[in-house]
Amino acid sequence: MATIAAHVPSTSHPGAKKKKSLVWDLMTTVDHKKIGIMYGVTALFFMLVGGLEATLIRIQLSKPENTFLSAETYNSLFTMHGTTMVFMVGMPIAVALFNYIVPLQIGARDVAFPRLNALSYWIFLIGALFMNSSWFFGAAPNGGWFGYANLTEKLYTPGLNTDFWALGLQALGAASIMGAVNFITTIINMRCPGMKLMRMPLFTWMAFITSFLIATALPVFAVALFMITFDRWWGTNFFQTMAGGDPMVWQHIFWMFGHPEVYILILPAFGIVSEIIPTFSRKPLFGYAVMVYSASLIGLIGWGVWAHHMFATGMGPIADAFFTISTMIIAIPTGVKIFNWMATMFGGSIRFTTAMLFAVGMVIEFTIGGVSGVMHATSPHDLQQTDTYFVVAHFHYVLIGGLIFSIFGSLYYWFPKFTGKMMNETIGKAQFWIFVIGFNLTFMPQHWIGLLGMPRRTFTYSAELNLGGLNMMSTVGVLFQAVSVLLLIANIIYSLKRGAAAGPNPWGAATLEWATESPPVEHNFNRLPHVHTREPLWLEAAEIEDAARGTPDPYIHMPPSSYWPLLTAFGVVLTVALFMTGIWWAPLVGMTWITIGAINWAYEPTH
Amino acid sequence: MAQAAAVTTTHDHGHDGGHDHAVPYTSTGISMWKVGFWVFLGSETLFFGTLISAYMVYKHESVVGPYSSELLDIPITSISTFVLLMSSLAMVLALDALQHQTRKKAVIYTLLTAGLGCVFLGFQAFEFTHFFHEGLTLQKNLFGSTFFVLTGFHGAHVSIGVMWLLILAVDIMRGRTGPKESLRLEIAGLYWHFVDIVWIAIFTLIYLIK
Amino acid sequence: MLLIQAARAAAQVEYPQTTFQPVTEYGVLLNWLFMNTFWWTMSILVLVVGLTLAIAIRFRERPGDARPKAIHGHTGLELAWTILPALIVIAITIPTVKVVLQTQQKPPADALTIDVIGHQWWWEFRYPEYGVVTANQLWVPTGRPIHLSMHSADVIHSFWIPRFGGKRDVNPVPRSREGERDKRNHLQFTVKDTGSFMGQCAEFCGDSHALMMVSAMAVTPEYFKQWAAKMKPAMAQAVPVDPNATSVVQASNPINLAMPAPTGIGSPVRAEIPDSVWAAEGKKIFLGAQCIACHTIAGTSAAGVLGPSLTNFGLRPTVGAGVASSSLENVERWIHHPRSMKPGALMPGTMKGIDGGAAPTGLSDAQVHAVARYLKSLK
Repeated sequence: MATIAAHVPSTSHPGAKKKKSLVWDLMTTVDHKKIGIMYGVTALFFMLVGGLEATLIRIQLSKPENTFLSAETYNSLFTMHGTTMVFMVGMPIAVALFNYIVPLQIGARDVAFPRLNALSYWIFLIGALFMNSSWFFGAAPNGGWFGYANLTEKLYTPGLNTDFWALGLQALGAASIMGAVNFITTIINMRCPGMKLMRMPLFTWMAFITSFLIATALPVFAVALFMITFDRWWGTNFFQTMAGGDPMVWQHIFWMFGHPEVYILILPAFGIVSEIIPTFSRKPLFGYAVMVYSASLIGLIGWGVWAHHMFATGMGPIADAFFTISTMIIAIPTGVKIFNWMATMFGGSIRFTTAMLFAVGMVIEFTIGGVSGVMHATSPHDLQQTDTYFVVAHFHYVLIGGLIFSIFGSLYYWFPKFTGKMMNETIGKAQFWIFVIGFNLTFMPQHWIGLLGMPRRTFTYSAELNLGGLNMMSTVGVLFQAVSVLLLIANIIYSLKRGAAAGPNPWGAATLEWATESPPVEHNFNRLPHVHTREPLWLEAAEIEDAARGTPDPYIHMPPSSYWPLLTAFGVVLTVALFMTGIWWAPLVGMTWITIGAINWAYEPTH
Repeated sequence: MAQAAAVTTTHDHGHDGGHDHAVPYTSTGISMWKVGFWVFLGSETLFFGTLISAYMVYKHESVVGPYSSELLDIPITSISTFVLLMSSLAMVLALDALQHQTRKKAVIYTLLTAGLGCVFLGFQAFEFTHFFHEGLTLQKNLFGSTFFVLTGFHGAHVSIGVMWLLILAVDIMRGRTGPKESLRLEIAGLYWHFVDIVWIAIFTLIYLIK
Repeated sequence: MLLIQAARAAAQVEYPQTTFQPVTEYGVLLNWLFMNTFWWTMSILVLVVGLTLAIAIRFRERPGDARPKAIHGHTGLELAWTILPALIVIAITIPTVKVVLQTQQKPPADALTIDVIGHQWWWEFRYPEYGVVTANQLWVPTGRPIHLSMHSADVIHSFWIPRFGGKRDVNPVPRSREGERDKRNHLQFTVKDTGSFMGQCAEFCGDSHALMMVSAMAVTPEYFKQWAAKMKPAMAQAVPVDPNATSVVQASNPINLAMPAPTGIGSPVRAEIPDSVWAAEGKKIFLGAQCIACHTIAGTSAAGVLGPSLTNFGLRPTVGAGVASSSLENVERWIHHPRSMKPGALMPGTMKGIDGGAAPTGLSDAQVHAVARYLKSLK
């Protein structure tokens, strides 16, 4: 391998021959792999922030009538915990993997719009920092992650808290939409020869469907955020009951975005598991087509179930019945996926690496979350469950059991590709088991805490409720989870330094990304491969590997780096920040900045 | 096997041959920009769809006047709608001129498109001031809030389109955008037609339906 | 009082807000439905977990394993595990939809309608049939259908007494041209057992959401009638006050802050002064201070509507919508500094700058003590 690598020019555009500092390189890079890594590191950082917030929440709740946190601080903590975990961890960490893996899996050299990709990242980073800066102004958002109007109206929450939330999310949403446009175009248009849609790896398929959901759901949310912002700053009446505005409209718009958002978070997890399980069972994915169709169906029906978040709001029996039925229906394609994963393992020769442990763990933990989801869909009894810790337990089983288990699995699985080094399996397995214990210890008792009458979002609870013991159990679980996450970070650092060399395909996996060097050269594939099957590295390895790592094309054009994405992203966040000054012309400064950035961008030579 | 490799090689050479103006390889044969822009417009559709839905939901819920039925002026808006439709025609002619005819014609039609866009914006400014004098503001009632926010966002889209077209017109004049780069004008055109179609929806749903 | 305490003792359960021990036919129906879903989904869960673990163990890698046979799918199997969950889903959905329709019918004609009004962060209960208004403690007769008609005065709240059955959001009602649109929410149930039951707001409604408790007293119809009769003078004598007319601070008869304490108050012989003297003194202070701008007490000139009615306050087990038991010390502390007990509370305290809403009352410790004893005497 090394000899072949030596023949490959490290890069082929003239600009890169000059030695650049690492920081400048990262600030101006348009390489999907570097951007992917930056996305991932940023998301992991925010995972620590959100995790710290969760830990503080759990310390406060460890015993009844605790005075560790004030009500105001607690309300900000749970709001920012939810907002951080959904918008700054869940979505970006999936986007990180889309960035790194999707072009490799479809045999492309970059994404369709490399500079737009950098712009997405920079808006995400600066926007997330902007929203978190609210802590330092004592104005951290405090209206809950779904920011129900009319509590978020200026009348009831006069501070800048909600403005940081709404304007920060506006920026993050714009970044997500740009990313989605980019991935959809990449997947439609940059597949290598022979990579038909139905030959794409499942992970790429999930990236494709997720991107469609992002591109369609986020603009809906953008409108809701504009409405609440205008209500607060310009006195519009969208959710002002005195003027006839109806807070229910916020809930409907929010969940019309919010439910597809749930699938935005979970479909990438399905994709990851659908890569890991076949690899370590050494069998192709069972029922590939069914997996694709069921995910598409989930994405589609996902648009028709939003009001199951609103059974308690009094929509009337007809709406309740409709959304009960649609929600029940969506359980079917989800169940089909679980059976297909099991069938993939059946008859295989399963290697229990850490990645595989997390994938199998995900199948089980996610099923628990799915089961409590069906209990929610039993809408009359949902009136006993909703807004209690039962719901909290449910969605943490879905989002941690589903998404975070998969994300941890994906780190162990693709780390060798990112770095060329193997992750330590001993630490990895310890991390897995500690996480399983901690996770279940934290969230399993919350099912009972909820059904025994504790509502969510309460900074304190009466000792009379007799729920101190279960809450303490839940808090202890968090400590296990914290240890596990610290072990993961230790493992990453250790493996970066001491990890065994990985080679291109350490797991004997079937998909195209494993044909490239580890880590891949800047242009990924020396020649674009030509695939004929769904498992190219199992069925046509010689030609594919030769294309990927053999004699390179004489001329490979890679887009040059650019600082305009970073500058334009700064303008975007500047605009929303200046809006908060309340001076009507101030945001125009930011908009002018964006315009200058966009024009320079458009005329920047890319050849 | 060897055949496959050979195919791959020629394939690559055919599409990534190192000529500056070669169309880069795409799986569908459609340009990257066009695919990406269509997806973006899909996203925009949902954006305007939500704004229009909000207007429809609150249509009869204003507590105080002036109400929509008292203010919306169909004849005048029909004229501005017609102007915007004509600008789409000019847009088509501009692209055709750039691709198949003279640069001068292309510039004229591009400027005409932008000019008609400006006329439309003028109508909108007139309408906004008129409503304002009748007592309708953003804060007055739900009709004011939903109407100004919806048409305001649309107006902002038209303004961006006008600026975009003006920049392209200068570009075409200077010869920086010629028939080979006509994709730039085509993308701007896609955007322009989209904004036009959104207006047709607004005109139908907000003005025509009582 | 004895009867109340007896009822309270009878209703003692290990978890006072449990959903598992409903006392209404509504709650029982929901639990039956839940059990149906529970057992169906549990069987799926056991199947999936069991099979996954079995497969994981049976097909783990063993030395010398040959490459497993590649199987790409099986239409029959796919059909089977689509149809099987579909059947289970049907078995869950049909009773669910039935219960949805069953629990949201029009209330029966003989139902007792109670208007529930959510406030940040307390509950108001109006009994139009009896002309009674009360706060934070819902009194209901057993055996008679109860119909709660609910809306909010500010933000969204959610009314939830778990042992009565499911919760329902309490939404602010948008204004409309024709007055209020009928967008109130409804809950209906019939309580079977007497007793005292706990609940709390279940929709995040701002700073003190966690402290927006509600308690319910379910009593026999006879006792309920007695209670209502006792509460009634409130409406007969109450002077309607327009909450928007004047600022909250301006009481009709501003208290003289320099007013000397009544004889004996503040002296070491406090305890020797009889309750009736305290109560009379407290009443005078209460009615003379800005308290009456927001609070109503039946049979007095206090008729404010911004804050909870304090009629028969002495019967309530708690102060501040459940933040603490209504012991004399707690009531005094509440009057003195409400925000120390309930963050964000709108009621002013006695001191400048530490409580919100309106200007401080400036009551002395002795005056606070008198008012507290007056309130406690109302029963």
